[in-house]
Amino acid sequence: MKFHDLSIQEMRQKLLAGETTSVELTQQCLQRIEATDDRLNAFITVCEEEALAAAAVADQQLASGNTPLLTGIPLAVKDIFNTLDVRTTCASKILDNYISPYDATAVAKLREQGAVIVGKLNMDEFAMGSSSENSAAGAVHNPWDLERVPGGSSGGSAAAVAAGQVVATLGTDTGGSVRQPASHCGVVGLKPTYGRVSRYGVIAYASSLDQVGPVAGNVADCALLLGAVAGYDPADSTSVDCPVPDYLETLDGGVVGKKIGLPKEYFIDGLDPDIKKAVDAAIETYRQLGAEIVSVSLPHTDYSVACYYLIAMAEASSNLARYDGVRFGNREDDGDGLIGMYQQTRSAGFGDEVKRRIMLGTYALSSGYYEAYYIKAQKVRTLIRQDFLNVFEQVDFLLTPIAPTPAFKIGEKVNDPLQMYLSDIFTIPTNLAGTCAMSLPCGFSGDDLPIGLQLIGKPFAEAEILQAAYAFEQATDWHQRVPEL
Amino acid sequence: MKINQQDVEHVARLARLSLAPDDLGIMTGQMDAILGYVDKLNELDTSGIEPLAHAVPMSNAFREDEVTEPIGIERTLQNAPQRNDNYFKVPKIIE
Repeated sequence: MKFHDLSIQEMRQKLLAGETTSVELTQQCLQRIEATDDRLNAFITVCEEEALAAAAVADQQLASGNTPLLTGIPLAVKDIFNTLDVRTTCASKILDNYISPYDATAVAKLREQGAVIVGKLNMDEFAMGSSSENSAAGAVHNPWDLERVPGGSSGGSAAAVAAGQVVATLGTDTGGSVRQPASHCGVVGLKPTYGRVSRYGVIAYASSLDQVGPVAGNVADCALLLGAVAGYDPADSTSVDCPVPDYLETLDGGVVGKKIGLPKEYFIDGLDPDIKKAVDAAIETYRQLGAEIVSVSLPHTDYSVACYYLIAMAEASSNLARYDGVRFGNREDDGDGLIGMYQQTRSAGFGDEVKRRIMLGTYALSSGYYEAYYIKAQKVRTLIRQDFLNVFEQVDFLLTPIAPTPAFKIGEKVNDPLQMYLSDIFTIPTNLAGTCAMSLPCGFSGDDLPIGLQLIGKPFAEAEILQAAYAFEQATDWHQRVPEL
Repeated sequence: MKINQQDVEHVARLARLSLAPDDLGIMTGQMDAILGYVDKLNELDTSGIEPLAHAVPMSNAFREDEVTEPIGIERTLQNAPQRNDNYFKVPKIIE
């Protein structure tokens, strides 16, 4: 049995049965990274020493019995999570030497559950991108086709799971950054409801949209990881104080009698034929599993990309004001005074896409344009959210494609930012509306590229979409296919 | 044109960025295309619609005013690009 064939729950069983140790699992994980990452570039930092030390501690705990669920399981997190005494770059040159003085709450919770953190995953700089090409550490490659992008911004988080480098990871999702790469890499990814998981210690991009989400090789592992990180955190005033259900316990409830909505605006003419075929087959599977399929409408879908980018860029320009070369991060200073130091530091430290978003956000918030752009976008956001609240009175959850096309070629869209933004059309609306959503494998294109299915649930109904995803996974075998590397 | 080079230079100053002359032209073109696209929001009549700042209704989060353990001076300063004793050091501000 190869390490990367095991799920978290299988690792847990083997650890409890004494058939393997955390040190052994962690060594295998590190070896797999060593053997594959020259091709994938999924990791920015590998924490070999720290991981092996944590694994040794986990093995002692396992020997003494009664351990939490993730004890000794090697995991990795996107490089957007502050990780105590480990380099945390957010894939930016400006944070090249930043060593975090604390753990993000989500990371601290993984450690409390006994997890071994093996490293920090590559991504689009400051989570700005849909391809994981905008990284100071270089582009991430898709394990299914090394010439293609893994999606983004959590491209490293998805590629690492698909390639069996690590069994599960954490990413973040502001406009689809967990779901779209999960789809492009053929793994399971979930964006929880806004407020479900603490963002304390997660480097901020667009604060009214950012959410932490798990990526895993199957639905049960995804549910397990969500349960480990979800919950109220006094350190994040936007986290919501509502009970965290046991997501594993309700997984096998099935979908008999469930009403699934198909929003007609998501089944457009421009949809790739392979994707249409795979999603149609998924709809048929759900029908056979006993669900009722109905057509619904989210009439403001077409405005969501414009609405999202205005809000995200405005919030980004404000959030990224902190990178000024004073308290942390790189400083560039040729003696031109304080303002000159700010400008030199920021111009040298940020990549093109980050500059573009800061510029557009600054413009949208500047005097004379604030009402026309930022407030207008916030009003349209109200309409988009209302669309979702309306359909959720008619159906239990929604089923849609994740992206209009499978993974595209590296370099294909880098010079056309607007085309890149438009590819986020199916994932963005859920962030604006604040609902939960997930991606799960539902087929392959003619070029053998994975295709993802999106399930969109009501706010705080993660258990319900996980249950529906699990029913689909039991009825199909798409999640069992792995790329050859 | 939604935006010209002078506007872009002004925004760059506000954002504390300096753009090389070559980059200025590219940035102007890209910003113009994106601002042209987002103009589509004006197709919607939003009079009487309240702006939405957060998807989850939330009010101010209060906590007890209690003394807790601070992160400490060394931890706070460990990433300082330049420090002087227990202070962050910055270029001279007042001549």
